[in-house]
Amino acid sequence: MREQTAGKSGLSWRAKLINPVLNKEFRLRMRTPRSMWTLFFYLFAIGLMALSAIYLTQVISGSGRAFDPETSKVLFIFLSFAQLGLIAFMGPGLTAGVVSGEREKQTLNLLLTTQQSSTTIILSKLASSLSFMVLIVISTIPVYSMVFLYGGISPRQLLLVFLFYIFMMLVLGSFGIMFSTLFKRTMISVIVTYGITLFMFAGTALLFFVMVGVMQELSPNATNSWIGHILAWNPAAALYSILDPEVSQQVYNYRSMGGSAPKKPLLTLWQEFIVIYSVLSALALWTAIRKLRPRLKR
Amino acid sequence: MTTNKSTIEEMNGDNAAAAPSERAAAVPMIEIKGLAKQFGSFHALKGIDLTIAKGTVFGFVGPNGAGKSTTMSILATLMAPTSGYAKVDGIDVTKQPHEVRKRIGYMPDFFGVYDQFKTVEYLHFYGASYGIPKAEREQLIPQLLELVNLSDKKDAYVDTLSRGMKQRLCLARCLVHDPELLILDEPASGLDPRARIEMREILRELKSMGKTIIISSHILPELAEMVDEIGVIEHGQMIAQGNVADIQNRMRVKRFLHIRFLDREDEAEAFLRDRPYVNRLLRDERGIQVHFGGQDEEQSELLHDLIGAGFKLVSYSEAQTNLEDVFLEITKGGDGAQ
Repeated sequence: MREQTAGKSGLSWRAKLINPVLNKEFRLRMRTPRSMWTLFFYLFAIGLMALSAIYLTQVISGSGRAFDPETSKVLFIFLSFAQLGLIAFMGPGLTAGVVSGEREKQTLNLLLTTQQSSTTIILSKLASSLSFMVLIVISTIPVYSMVFLYGGISPRQLLLVFLFYIFMMLVLGSFGIMFSTLFKRTMISVIVTYGITLFMFAGTALLFFVMVGVMQELSPNATNSWIGHILAWNPAAALYSILDPEVSQQVYNYRSMGGSAPKKPLLTLWQEFIVIYSVLSALALWTAIRKLRPRLKR
Repeated sequence: MTTNKSTIEEMNGDNAAAAPSERAAAVPMIEIKGLAKQFGSFHALKGIDLTIAKGTVFGFVGPNGAGKSTTMSILATLMAPTSGYAKVDGIDVTKQPHEVRKRIGYMPDFFGVYDQFKTVEYLHFYGASYGIPKAEREQLIPQLLELVNLSDKKDAYVDTLSRGMKQRLCLARCLVHDPELLILDEPASGLDPRARIEMREILRELKSMGKTIIISSHILPELAEMVDEIGVIEHGQMIAQGNVADIQNRMRVKRFLHIRFLDREDEAEAFLRDRPYVNRLLRDERGIQVHFGGQDEEQSELLHDLIGAGFKLVSYSEAQTNLEDVFLEITKGGDGAQ
């Protein structure tokens, strides 16, 4: 759809970058106490988990001993998964109501009769939700810095993990916005988005293990490397492949019974994950843009 | 009033030689032909035709569920018709919705507001949504607030405004891009009498500014004083369209005649009772009230007969027919709810 046309004097680059919907979302998001509480509880949860993990590792390894890099790596992995879990919990909650919520508040029709294109509206909604999530996740960096005190983690890994989070938010955000556009009621949209998220985490893992079992029964001697690709649909497995690069090789070269020397896979688990979900997110956003306004042409 | 010349030229290829102003005048603001809308097995609109000239204030009347809001939603590009077409300023709403949106200001019957906005910010948001540059908005918004009497509330949060104020704010929002056509769906519903009067005053001012306005109501008298034409819709069909007086005549609405006699009132009552078109008589200290079923001609004949029979009349007058009576008559007396 055509982007909004400029007024008489044309729109400046700033006006194009910060369009009205995005501007509104930024402004209104910070006017509600809810944002403050979301940030507070998120940081509280992640901080509590970090402190508990440090406490537990000290209890296990005995008090008074130095904190070794290997333990801090375990702590980092733990924190990374905890954060992924929190994102999976927060993403659908923040995005699955952005369109249906406007519909329920009866503000959507007013927005749809303006000159803003469906693309602008949907992408602005996504950008504003993402920016809030990014703000929250970035605000957890000091918690991660505790891990740096003890070493064992490369800055590249940390950066990759955070980029992975942003991608994950984009994916969940796109799904949330699509369901929010497709379903009239926020409640249903939220439930479906959480359902999809649950499937991404638990469903794909379950499918992987079931397929491992089934293929072991059916063809015990064959190389069933395709089974490994099921895990490329799983965010937790993808994250783990960033933290421990060897896991991709192990998964793709899975053999039911022993086998020859493993080959180097074309893409690692997280790279394949990004390819798959980039396509799915793009499809979700495309659907949302198409379905925001009723189809008028016959 | 601005007109998209290129579009009009496309629509009126035959009149290419005519002057642009003539062509602009020739294109009605709203042209609806055979417009039908079906929701499953429910026919919300059953092929309505409607033409509204530029600068007209058109009252769209009908009971709840008659199809007013559906028609308005189609005009506002929010819904596709099942068949037929609707054009705004010569542009088909389904083919060039983006162009139509530039020309319309739409106020739905139910709408929400972003509560955390201040009044000024609310208008800035919609102004920006129509691509109006900030500098222009800075000048425009105080004028709009002045028009809808909300200047003193410019920094108030929208959720602190009363219903009437929100309604007026929404009207200001409709005007932010200076549209030629205003589509107002029940703008006065749920307002107290004072708020209604304020709304009416604003609409009168908009009319004087030359806007074409289509305004719906299920309460006819609400519209009576300000509309040029009315269209009555029921069960998805236009059952009458024209100016208010025409419709009253066409619908054979009963007239109420007040007759005062100097004397012989008993005889006059008996005489009247036997006349055609006299449906009912009421007698009180002010004279005789006749519920009359005839038109102008029959009414004149009745006066002629009374004088011919030697009755001495003090006055013979037709009481102003309440538009509500017209409406009830047209919609067969029910509330029309489906």
